[in-house]
Amino acid sequence: MAVARAKIKSIGAAQSPLLGAAMFSPAVLYILLLVAGPFFLAIFYAFSDARIGNSEMHFVGLENFRSILQSPSFRVAVRNSFIFTICSQIVVLVGAHILAIALEDKFRGRGLIRFLILLPWVAPIALGAIGWKWILDSIYSVITWVLVAVHIYKPFSAPMWLGEPRLAITSVLLVHSWRMLPFATVILLAGRTAIPKDIPEAAAVDGAGFWSTEFQIIVPMMRPIMSVAVLFGLIFTFTDMTVVYILTAGGPFDSTQTLPSLAFALGIQGSDLAAGAAISLFLVPVLVIIAYFMLRVAHRAEVT
Amino acid sequence: MAVVQTRDLTKVFKEGQLGAVNHVNFETREGEFLVFLGPSGSGKTTLLRMIAGLETPTSGDILIGGRVVNDLSPRDRRIAMVFQSYALYPHLTVYKNIAFPLKAQGVKKELHKEKVEWAALLLGIGALLDRKPRELSGGERQRVALARAIVREPAVFLLDEPLSNLDAKLRASAREELERFHRRVGTTSIYVTHDQVEAMAMGDRVMVLNKGVVHQIGTPTDVYDNPADTFVATFLGSPPMNLAELGDVIVGFRPEHFRPAGASSGDSVHFRLKVENTEYLGSEWIISGTLVGGKLEGKKVFSRLNSAQDMHVDTVCDFSVSQRELKFFDHTTEKRVEPRAVSWQ
Repeated sequence: MAVARAKIKSIGAAQSPLLGAAMFSPAVLYILLLVAGPFFLAIFYAFSDARIGNSEMHFVGLENFRSILQSPSFRVAVRNSFIFTICSQIVVLVGAHILAIALEDKFRGRGLIRFLILLPWVAPIALGAIGWKWILDSIYSVITWVLVAVHIYKPFSAPMWLGEPRLAITSVLLVHSWRMLPFATVILLAGRTAIPKDIPEAAAVDGAGFWSTEFQIIVPMMRPIMSVAVLFGLIFTFTDMTVVYILTAGGPFDSTQTLPSLAFALGIQGSDLAAGAAISLFLVPVLVIIAYFMLRVAHRAEVT
Repeated sequence: MAVVQTRDLTKVFKEGQLGAVNHVNFETREGEFLVFLGPSGSGKTTLLRMIAGLETPTSGDILIGGRVVNDLSPRDRRIAMVFQSYALYPHLTVYKNIAFPLKAQGVKKELHKEKVEWAALLLGIGALLDRKPRELSGGERQRVALARAIVREPAVFLLDEPLSNLDAKLRASAREELERFHRRVGTTSIYVTHDQVEAMAMGDRVMVLNKGVVHQIGTPTDVYDNPADTFVATFLGSPPMNLAELGDVIVGFRPEHFRPAGASSGDSVHFRLKVENTEYLGSEWIISGTLVGGKLEGKKVFSRLNSAQDMHVDTVCDFSVSQRELKFFDHTTEKRVEPRAVSWQ
């Protein structure tokens, strides 16, 4: 084995360094074209007055940032981005933990239920979001229909799930959570099953009930894998705009805009590329912090 | 301290299948060290887990201190268990591991320190209290597991093969330490093992199990010298008891009683043995061969001798067994029966 590996090394790397470079060039190319390119382009645009359909471009300094910071929509978007990301992570973590407990033990139909729970993750996000748009529709909503049918609301006086700022934010947040739940459940389930059975059994014999076993033994032992789920969830939610875009398109009155959806609305739909680029740059510091913690978790997993 | 008792205890994992534990009845004595001994799959661990409350019996009762505990959760049974893997909590320090049962059972916080230190002192791990389990050796982990078990002074100790993860050298010293520990605390203990040496060395009494059925309960000398049936006779002892069918009985004799002619005293049975293999084990020799002549022609038997320099492979030697050392078992039930006259020729 070692001999063979040494041989491959001598043929590949030592005799022809070009081959090694050729092997990893697709990865480099991919990152340069699809990550670094747009990133530097965005920085470039953010300091310009670039507009769609206008080939002229001038350097305008910090003008874009100044106008963004003064716009009320931007402040709402920043607040929403953090509310969405943090609240949906809390909902997802609690929900996924409960689901993982329920799905850990064997029961009839467990495979089917696991499949169904995974479905929102596998299905295209647009499809799921459109489904929710109908569920929450102002006229055809099944939720409203049920609430009217059981006489909680009178016809035509039921809340507009996507039409009132507070309800709209909550709806978007919950649909986000629904979307993230399967992924977190799968990760937490894997984390739970990785804990040797006799640890919770020892806790039971030691006199711990359900809650103290869960919070003093299981959760601390799952902390590394939970942080993986949370960090991924943070990135997915913070950078996502599909759910907002499909459900409310940022409305009513920009009350559900998040940073990515506002960047899209201004930069692409509103043709103000420079403003869109400047807004999306505000995502960078947050993502850098999250990425730092991700690398730390990954490094710790490698070491231990 | 308490007595553990089972009544007709049965565990069937899958309906229609053979039970893992079948109609087990036994009763420990106060402060006794009882060993469940059996091969893997004999149901000894399942039995222990039912006593601990980690497994629900299919039928039958478990009594601890005279009270039926079938419906009590593990925490209400006043038991402590040491797991095969020790099951230490990896994220907690040794101190917090040992304190966990106190915390879980709502013992006042002021008492924790004193009790943990007492348990740690008893097991000589006072210097390790700030370490995490992964920084400990196998033997230290075992001691932490024991300290965690003893700290809340349980009525019964359950130990599930606690020595099987240690290397051979450590195992002997850990065994001795466990024995000393039991003598000191005197708590009724049930110890599960598949290792007959451990069972014989540690047990006040040994309960031999196979396929979920109790074959015999007795002192180590009892089960070794007076096996209740052929299973116990062959499971204990290495090499196992020689068994031979003679008409409607099975006759058995231990290898150490199968000695060169003349060494046995009194009334004895004579054999001729064709030596096929000799093994030198330092303090003893194991001779294996086949019998020549008589009804048992061709029967393979073992002999254990202190010295056998003059035994050579392929020679035929005279052997004998004292009549007193012969055990008789029924041909069909394989249970022990009274000695009787048999014809060997």
